Amino acid sequence: MLPILHAVQAEFGHVPAEALPQIADALNISRAEAQGVMSFYHDFRDHPAGRHVLKICRAEACQAMGSDALAEVAKVRLGVDWHGTTPNGALTLEPVFCLGLCACAPAAMLDGQVIGRVDAARVDAIATEAGA
Amino acid sequence: MRIYVPRDAAAKAVGAEAVAAAVRAEAAARGLPVELVRNGSRGMVWLEPLLEVETPAGRVAFGPVTRADVPALFDAGFGAHPKALGLTAEIPFLKKQTRLTFARVGVIDPLSLSEYEAHGGLAGLRKALALSPEAIVAEVTASGLRGRGGAGFPTGIKWKTVLGAEAPQKYVVCNADEGDSGTFADRMLMEGDPFTLIEGMAIAALAVGATRGYIYSRSEYPDANEVMAQAIVLARAAGVLGPDMLGSGRAFELELRVGAGAYVCGEETALLNSLEGKRGVVRAKPPIPALQGLFGQPTVVNNVLSLAAVPAILAEGGAAYAAHGIGRSRGTIPLQIAGNVKYGGLFETGFGITLGEIVNDIAGGTASGRPVKAVQVGGPLGAYHPQADFGLPFSYEDFAGSGGLVGHAGLVVHDDSVDMLRMARFALEFCAIESCGKCTPCRIGAVRGVEVVDRIAAGDAAAIPLLTDLCQTMKLGSLCALGGFTPYPVLSALTHFPDDFATLKEAAE
Repeated sequence: MLPILHAVQAEFGHVPAEALPQIADALNISRAEAQGVMSFYHDFRDHPAGRHVLKICRAEACQAMGSDALAEVAKVRLGVDWHGTTPNGALTLEPVFCLGLCACAPAAMLDGQVIGRVDAARVDAIATEAGA
Repeated sequence: MRIYVPRDAAAKAVGAEAVAAAVRAEAAARGLPVELVRNGSRGMVWLEPLLEVETPAGRVAFGPVTRADVPALFDAGFGAHPKALGLTAEIPFLKKQTRLTFARVGVIDPLSLSEYEAHGGLAGLRKALALSPEAIVAEVTASGLRGRGGAGFPTGIKWKTVLGAEAPQKYVVCNADEGDSGTFADRMLMEGDPFTLIEGMAIAALAVGATRGYIYSRSEYPDANEVMAQAIVLARAAGVLGPDMLGSGRAFELELRVGAGAYVCGEETALLNSLEGKRGVVRAKPPIPALQGLFGQPTVVNNVLSLAAVPAILAEGGAAYAAHGIGRSRGTIPLQIAGNVKYGGLFETGFGITLGEIVNDIAGGTASGRPVKAVQVGGPLGAYHPQADFGLPFSYEDFAGSGGLVGHAGLVVHDDSVDMLRMARFALEFCAIESCGKCTPCRIGAVRGVEVVDRIAAGDAAAIPLLTDLCQTMKLGSLCALGGFTPYPVLSALTHFPDDFATLKEAAE
């Protein structure tokens, strides 16, 4: 089920509501079960994200290096809260709990690319480059 | 000329891709025959990107290298340069280590099976193929290896249980869902020496009579997943995996599965449910996974580091591994040093080193230069230790005895600017976000816990006994470690740093 959901999201950017009954049929499970699995995992979205997704780590090691303040900078710069997308659809801001980059904290991930030792200037550059 | 630039995610995160591209471009412009190897990380993250060059005297290192440094490094013939660090093996941080599990990480090309073998790889599997399952289990038992994921359960005993279970199909599952903050050893091993994990799982399969295995990794680790997936394909093509392991007639098939951002799936029974395509909800134990695990069949579930320790144990013998360590904590532990530290990274050493030695001598204190206030050991469910605990030897028993845990051996250092009430609140908030919802103490307790901490923050001292009472309930009543261990960071913060829980009240008065 997870490989299917990952593949659907990779193709469409989210898991469309109409995909779930088809997945349920193929796996011979109820639609409720399919919905239950999809909604359990943080990764799967039921609506499209922005053109770019910036994940900022909120876990302890990054906090020890100022990730809380960094997240505030990002929220103000983008004008969104966690899980929010800028009005022009350029960038979605998401929290993540640990990217395994704890020795080069604070860490972030932009569309699957890891970034270490992120600072306010870097967040601003990312936002500008993404058109946000 | 052979030049090494790591492909490890931590190196990439600080610019290794740009350095690698610059090396290629510079070599091409100068018409120099350069072989660029994308190795794993040596684990000295403050020196990343760490560029190495092979010389007759051994590999010499330069770091941290930026793209702009590359032309000057070529000009200097990779000799005298402000970023020169000398022979890699002589760098004190590396020299002080005992690398058994991480012996090849950062040294070899992670996807070269011939280099893997040249550096001792597959010796353990070859030995295991010549042994009976009972003899393999006996060797692992003799090594004293305990579960490196955090629970510390003796690996040999777990394997013996699975070996003794009668079933048509058995499984080996590797828990690579390394969600704990401050831990990155699983990621580094998968990115830097994936064949070690494959070999360890193949040995486990031989020991218990399993023919199928799964690695359950994280979506937060795209780089590790890419390397691991390629390594599995290569191992299968070379006959290390597949229907006829190394020509032995024994079968072992291995698959990589990737989670979807749920922390609780690092708990073994939630992981098994997730592998089965279900919600990652914790199962009640018994039955234990060793008897009824994946799809109800006997299953070995081990952490990456436990399985990756096995090839060396088989190759060198259990006694050689057990010669390291103290008390009932035998062998080596890959410490992950992170947070506010000067020298962060991976440091593998025998059990017994003290917390103070790790933080002060190896990590060099804080990056900010301010005094250390607290060290969280063992991830988000581990206790916060004050400087008074710096004499504690790093072992399962010593940390359990001090109200903490070793966990996955990650250490997160905080300087004196940290507010421990805030950290206690975060631990509960994290538990509330990540709770699978199966048991009430965790599902409801975490939410109420955040509210109670907020009351304390607002000056209500009467809420402090309520918090300790709630933590007691979560500790005793939760099904798994998420709800059961969240009280560790909360109560340790409260016990060791009571001032942080009183400031606002006093200010109010």
